[in-house]
Amino acid sequence: MIRLERRDTTPAWLNIALPLAAVLATLVLCSGLIALAGANVLSAYAILFQSALGSQTALAETLVKAAPMIFTGLAVAVAFRAKFWNIGAEGQLLAGAVAAAWTGAFPMPGPLGMAAMALAGALGGALAAMIPAVLRVAFKVDDVVSSLLLNSIIFYAMNALIEGPWKDTFSAFPISPPIADSANFPVLIEATRLHIGVVAAMLAAPAVWFLITRTTLGFRIRIVGENAEAARYGGINVPRILLASAAISGGLAGLAGVCEVGGVHYQVMSDLSPGFGYSGIVIAMLARLHPLGVAPAALFLAAVMTGAEAMSRATGVPVFLGDVIQGTALLAMLAALLFTSYRIRAVRGAA
Amino acid sequence: MSGILDQLLQAGFFAAIIRIATPLVFATLGELVSERAGVLNLGIEGIMLISAMAGFTTANFTGSLWFGIAAAVATGMAFGAAHAVFTVVLGLSQHVAGIGMTLFTSGLAYYLYRLIFGQQAAPANIIGFKPLAIPGLSEIPFIGAVFFNQFALVYLAFAAIPLASFVLYKTPFGLKLRMCGENPRAADSAGVSVLATRFAAVTIGGGFMGLAGAFLVMAQFNAFTFGVIAGRGWVAIALVVFGRWDPWKAAGAALLFAAIDALQLRLQASGLGHIPYEVFLMLPFLFTIIAMALMSRNAAAPPALLKPFRKEER
Repeated sequence: MIRLERRDTTPAWLNIALPLAAVLATLVLCSGLIALAGANVLSAYAILFQSALGSQTALAETLVKAAPMIFTGLAVAVAFRAKFWNIGAEGQLLAGAVAAAWTGAFPMPGPLGMAAMALAGALGGALAAMIPAVLRVAFKVDDVVSSLLLNSIIFYAMNALIEGPWKDTFSAFPISPPIADSANFPVLIEATRLHIGVVAAMLAAPAVWFLITRTTLGFRIRIVGENAEAARYGGINVPRILLASAAISGGLAGLAGVCEVGGVHYQVMSDLSPGFGYSGIVIAMLARLHPLGVAPAALFLAAVMTGAEAMSRATGVPVFLGDVIQGTALLAMLAALLFTSYRIRAVRGAA
Repeated sequence: MSGILDQLLQAGFFAAIIRIATPLVFATLGELVSERAGVLNLGIEGIMLISAMAGFTTANFTGSLWFGIAAAVATGMAFGAAHAVFTVVLGLSQHVAGIGMTLFTSGLAYYLYRLIFGQQAAPANIIGFKPLAIPGLSEIPFIGAVFFNQFALVYLAFAAIPLASFVLYKTPFGLKLRMCGENPRAADSAGVSVLATRFAAVTIGGGFMGLAGAFLVMAQFNAFTFGVIAGRGWVAIALVVFGRWDPWKAAGAALLFAAIDALQLRLQASGLGHIPYEVFLMLPFLFTIIAMALMSRNAAAPPALLKPFRKEER
């Protein structure tokens, strides 16, 4: 007889073990789909990870894809830490991308242009995230629904811009004018697309970790998330902390947009983000909302997304396996969270 | 300009509104039933997609549209139940589970569709539903053409509105369901199984979402494409809030949005559209957010929405 028992504390090793278990369970569950497609499960996975991580070019491509996902993962992690339920990283990313592309089109010396883009993008994302935060603080509007709905609003607004007043006059397609050549992020390794935004993303993770664990603001964000009532009694201005975490979260999501504009596309188009904002939720959950966990989690999902294409070409397994893995990973991780508050105990005799 | 006005006063325009509203009515009722029991289902966008895929595939291979509908409803209910396992049985965070459900079901729908139909130049087509004229009623000038010469699923959707309202407000099951959304603790004390009731509500809601997806691929477009849902699930989330969690008001909101959408399509076709069509697509979301801010003082949301219920926690 086994029984679920409530536990009060979560042992630290579980924070590593649970995501690994969730990822493993995901790969096992999805192997059924590979078999359904008539391919060899092990060789399909081998090709997937080989073509995502196995060579310098492949690894560079995976890192390029991981960069925006690290930013959105951090964005969601910061917000969820404060229990600001930001489902809107997708929209904030787009807002950041629009702001960055608009800023980057002005002729400026390279470094200045890039810095201005990063600033504008972060600001754009932060402003977009402030809307659900202000609505929650001032009007008690549910942030889950408002931040989700804002994704659609921002997406349509962006499309209205690039199909209308902001459309590149030299293009037949609805895309924004390109940013200045000098503002294109420099490529770090020749013959790859590995741009400086990837380094920025890698540095952002420890920076956010420092902010959350080593600063007063980070401490307040955690307290507000863990127990808003206690935070209030302790003299913390809860609304102000919520707004601050929203601004940081949105700013990070905006930087994901900056990454895509400055390092990959050099302009804004309708399919700029293949759901990086939603991936951010998966990543943050896999990372147990820990900023340092965000980078490996993002790398895993980016590898799956990059590798799925080569795997599909080689084995005929539909490329959408990558999307299924992403969704399954989130659900598996969510289920695994049960073990943070319950433990399984074997009970002898009749229960 | 008078040309446009003439067009807007024609029966065809109003019939289009009813048609556009139909999948939204199904989806909105599905989300509403779930939310009234206290469970937000953000899986709606993906559940609609995978149900549409299942329905289309079934109709394509069996040649029977009604088998397709049955498959779509069954698929919707199955994934509704899956969402309930996460949010009701395991009591996990509803918004994260919902996003997970949408990501998972969307990926799975694309995957299976590609597996079954392969990569094609043009999407597979089926012969969809034909309008079903109601004898007698469809002869009434104007009214007949607007309301009584529609697809069978349209009648079903509009019959579902009073039905949902009746079940919610006038039956013991509806009372239990609403209690679970308003005060699950009290419901539990009164001997209501919160878990079973919520599970049933989310599952039934999934069935409605399945109908919404089925309508799109079997009556409106007669093909399955990856963008077929196009955010209609998110619109439904907005409409439930805008309709203040009431079947009649939410259906009214769906009709209002369908009217805006139909108007937008006509304006675009007439070349008169100075306003980008995206502005119209944005409106349901924009209105809902504004409405949420204005209504917050007399909130209509089920108080226990988003709150998992665990019996042992007192």
